[in-house]
Amino acid sequence: MKLTRRDSILLAMGASAAAMVPFTANAAVEDLINAFTGGAAVGDAGITLIAPEIAENGNTVPVEVDAPGAVAIMLLATGNPTPSVATFNFGPLAGSQSASTRIRLSKTQNVTAIAKMADGSFAQASSEVKVTIGGCGG
Amino acid sequence: MADNVTPRVRVPRDAAAGESIVIKTLISHPMESGQRKDGDGNLIPRSIINRFTCEFNGQSVIDVTLEPAISTNPYFEFQSLVPESGTFTFTWYDDDGSVYTDTKDIAVS
Repeated sequence: MKLTRRDSILLAMGASAAAMVPFTANAAVEDLINAFTGGAAVGDAGITLIAPEIAENGNTVPVEVDAPGAVAIMLLATGNPTPSVATFNFGPLAGSQSASTRIRLSKTQNVTAIAKMADGSFAQASSEVKVTIGGCGG
Repeated sequence: MADNVTPRVRVPRDAAAGESIVIKTLISHPMESGQRKDGDGNLIPRSIINRFTCEFNGQSVIDVTLEPAISTNPYFEFQSLVPESGTFTFTWYDDDGSVYTDTKDIAVS
């Protein structure tokens, strides 16, 4: 088969589309993020997510989020059957915009936290957690 | 239906005015995720606590929306400002409509 210029352009487009698939594979996560941010751009400064590198038991994985100046923080487990984990809304008496809890992770995956700041901007932090035994039952 | 649901809360007994204190809460609850199956392969229906709030003298400190990915016996640790003496009210809302509450007093010196 002779490769014309048109063919090679099409091939290149196909290849780049294929390369983008891993980023868009989890549409549910994208939808949740868009619903939370309203489609606004998400920065990466001003939020800290503390999660263990390796979790032996996916049933209880301690995580901590801290985002000074945030009004709400959404926590997502991108590899879970339902990616939502929790949403923290901070009231006027919150001593700091931080919280810790324990979550379930079904497999090795990224945990993502997105903070909605008081000025309307958004910040995101992710951390990969390696899970030895998944926590969603069989 | 969740049995033996007991909230446990740790709040310091006293604090300085305007100080930020650490509050730890735990409630015993199975948090059935709705993903598990019983011995016969039937899905066990979801039964979780879907919302937790903490208020101090009627003002909101934190309001958390919980999803099935929160572990059994949901635990939260967060900080609160205490402008004056008063009462913390902690409320957990169950999927089955039950509401569990706990209160803690704090004295500001």
